[in-house]
Amino acid sequence: MKRYLLPLVIFLVLVGFFAVGLNLNPREVPSPLIGKPAPVFSLPRLDDASKKFSAQDMKGKVWVVNVWASWCAPCRQEHVLVTEMAKRGGVPVVGLNYKDQPANARAWLTELGNPYAATASDLEGLVGIDFGVYGVPETFVIDQAGVIRFKHIGPLTAEALQAQILPMLRKLGA
Amino acid sequence: MHKYLLACLMTCAASLAAAQAVTPAAPHQAPTTFADPVLEARVLAIAEELRCLVCQNETIAASHADLAIDLRKQIRTKLVEGQSQGQILDFMADRYGDFVLYRPRLKATTLMLWAGPFALLLVAFFALGLNIRRRRQSIASGQLSPDDAERAQRLLDGAAPAKTVLPAHKTTPSP
Repeated sequence: MKRYLLPLVIFLVLVGFFAVGLNLNPREVPSPLIGKPAPVFSLPRLDDASKKFSAQDMKGKVWVVNVWASWCAPCRQEHVLVTEMAKRGGVPVVGLNYKDQPANARAWLTELGNPYAATASDLEGLVGIDFGVYGVPETFVIDQAGVIRFKHIGPLTAEALQAQILPMLRKLGA
Repeated sequence: MHKYLLACLMTCAASLAAAQAVTPAAPHQAPTTFADPVLEARVLAIAEELRCLVCQNETIAASHADLAIDLRKQIRTKLVEGQSQGQILDFMADRYGDFVLYRPRLKATTLMLWAGPFALLLVAFFALGLNIRRRRQSIASGQLSPDDAERAQRLLDGAAPAKTVLPAHKTTPSP
């Protein structure tokens, strides 16, 4: 009896590991930046390249960075939710226009509406690298102290907005 | 989520196809357009150590994803600035996490990864030792298992167990 029990136990342990492991999403790599100060950057604004948007301007505020591009199809898909987040979150949502043609990006905002308090053009994608961006769109929540508190990879979902982002913004006292 | 994944895969495939169309040679590594071969070799050596997060399971040296190209550019810039390989790997790990390092570092969270196989080997040796000792003891005590005792008894009784009978060869007389 005992000799049949042992393989069965090993098998069940394996099943347990697989059940957990195979249900994880390998695309969602936890960011090491959570709990760390957000990168400080200064970039030309999308609406007027002669002016700069600086992360310093947001000091003392809770704010959201949404990384997007006009060439990114999932960004179009999440746009409604970004708009909703900007309306209901009560915090400035800043767009980081990642490796995009400014003209295309402006046309995109004219077509779909502009939910962003400001949009910074990251033409070279260097600020994106500092934020550890690897799949556009991505969304970051940054607190008053300038620390990244939350990161969402891929298009926003209604679920993530309701269950994670809005409560997080409320908790941070926005 | 699926649409997003599919789009990602398609971008990977498309960029791969495009790059291959341009450079039929060098199937392994993305084309390099920079003149200094020594610097380029150093860039690729570091890029080999890093995982591309867009096309996971490809190194940054092998991947044709846009991000991988940008990161190779970053490595090149940092090398020109005089940074060491360690500093550049730190830079990447700080932003993209330990997951990008193909050679995981030894620290509290990776201890299991490094020590696990040796621990398992020790357990296996221990089990083997235990097994050998038990077997030695049972031989030394001269005790037969009930099954063996029964078989031995049957043999002694002359009731031979299923004998292996060789098939009789037909000997055909030669003409």
